Amino acid sequence: MKEISELDFAEDVRYTEDHEWARQEGNLVKVGISDYAQDQLGDIVFVELPEVGASFGKGDEFGTVESVKAVSELYMPVRGEITAVNENLEGQPELVNKEPYAGGWMIELRPEDPGVLDSLLDRNAYLAMLKG
Amino acid sequence: MRYFPHTDEDIREMLQEIGLESLDALFADIPKDCRRARELELPSPLTEWELNAHMDTLAAHMAVSPEYKIFLGAGSYNHFIPEVVRQLLLRGEFFTAYTPYQPEISQGTLQAIYEYQTLTTRLLGMDVANASMYDGASALAEALLMAIRLTKRKKVAVSRLVHPFYRQVVQTYLTASGYEIVELPFLENGATDLSGLDGVTECAAVAIQSPNFFGCIEDLESQGKAVHTDMKTLFVVAFSEPLAYGLLKSPGARGADIACGEGQSLGIPQSFGGPGLGMFATKQEFVRNMPGRLVGQTTDKNGRRGFVLTLATREQHIRRERATSNICSNHGLCALASTMYMACVGGTGIRELARLNHDKAEYLKKGLRDVGATIPFEAPIFNEFLVRFPAGFKEVHSRLLKKKIVAGLDICTFYPELPDHYLLCATETNTREDMDALIEEVGSWKNH
Repeated sequence: MKEISELDFAEDVRYTEDHEWARQEGNLVKVGISDYAQDQLGDIVFVELPEVGASFGKGDEFGTVESVKAVSELYMPVRGEITAVNENLEGQPELVNKEPYAGGWMIELRPEDPGVLDSLLDRNAYLAMLKG
Repeated sequence: MRYFPHTDEDIREMLQEIGLESLDALFADIPKDCRRARELELPSPLTEWELNAHMDTLAAHMAVSPEYKIFLGAGSYNHFIPEVVRQLLLRGEFFTAYTPYQPEISQGTLQAIYEYQTLTTRLLGMDVANASMYDGASALAEALLMAIRLTKRKKVAVSRLVHPFYRQVVQTYLTASGYEIVELPFLENGATDLSGLDGVTECAAVAIQSPNFFGCIEDLESQGKAVHTDMKTLFVVAFSEPLAYGLLKSPGARGADIACGEGQSLGIPQSFGGPGLGMFATKQEFVRNMPGRLVGQTTDKNGRRGFVLTLATREQHIRRERATSNICSNHGLCALASTMYMACVGGTGIRELARLNHDKAEYLKKGLRDVGATIPFEAPIFNEFLVRFPAGFKEVHSRLLKKKIVAGLDICTFYPELPDHYLLCATETNTREDMDALIEEVGSWKNH
């Protein structure tokens, strides 16, 4: 596992305390897990994602991510409806390790409240939380 | 793997190491009211000869083949066990109740479980089998919980012809968690009535046992199709007599999503009703939701074949309350016995044996019918069938027991609407002479 200073924390996303990230893309929001989260989990071997069209509340479980060490739940950063899931992860779950903020995205959702991302942690607040 | 108990000396050293005076001090954190203040009330020790005498007395309470002629199955079957199974099981290396975690010291046990899984998937026609569960009943309950997890639904339908004990265990597992169980009635021919599903929506699973508790073979193919008219619903096929699949098309070939049941028939003695063997198999697409352990084949760093526990990340010791099941073990020795049994009987042998069971049961059924007993259900059977005797057979049943003939099970405890119905079973262990003797007893009583 790496030191926090060795990890990548994207500027253009917001973070949750459960280590998901969320990026505003037009009216929609993309969601994945942070570099810190993938590093903690180790080699990811399976990602279980929801069906497109499903709706979840903030904090609800939307899937699971399985590494060689553990299985962890994935939680919704905001309330919304799933508009797409990253089907590449079915064959290449390692994308989550390699490109957590790009090719390793997990779901795309339409948030119920468009401005809601502002309520999540920004890069500095997330880093502060990690450093405890 | 061997088990070495701690000696008093070991315990003293360990306590000294952590700086404690006594074992009581070690357990001081456990609240007083949770601890037993008195000594365990165990009977005093016996000498070896006293113990043998005690065990003989206990054993004498049982009606055991070949002293008794057993025509009773109902979930526990009297089959011949080849001596090779018994001899191989006596090897000390296999004596563990636990599934091994450590591949570096457990290759033999892990490979044996891997072989068990392979043979189980072949017999049941499924993609993947787990390392085994406790028994048929808990395997079915776990199958239904798995369907509930997969579908995120809260209701299951279970045939009334699933073994009554299995249904009780299902009840125990499911109702406390707030899940609903719909009971499917049975038809006049002795098969499950799926019209009981009419108007029932959002079922996580439909469970049918074949051969069912009345011994009748269910029409799994058309039932599977009916169940799958709701694409999400899982078709669970249970069984108490896996030998039937030596002859019948496998659950997998009939569309089962999960096949599960009791494996006692495959080389495990009936003992006093246990221990059994929970066989559990499913489709590859569901493997991550399968309860229990799974042994996989891999290669070590030198490229040699080896075996490991796989998908353990979903299990209780890592995931606690979110685990796929609270089972964190398997029935290792029983699974091993069944592996040896299946391997030594072989594919052709299992087919022949199944044929023998079926033919003997048909012979007995015909003989009883010829002397005036009624066969109430017309569906085809494997090695068990239901007979309706004229009222008053109970007395004959007791009399036969004194003559060391166990003439089946009176099922009215489980199905009060079917008085005087007895479930009879014939296996390869029942000779024609024994069957003729039973038929004659019934005939002479009827004509008396």
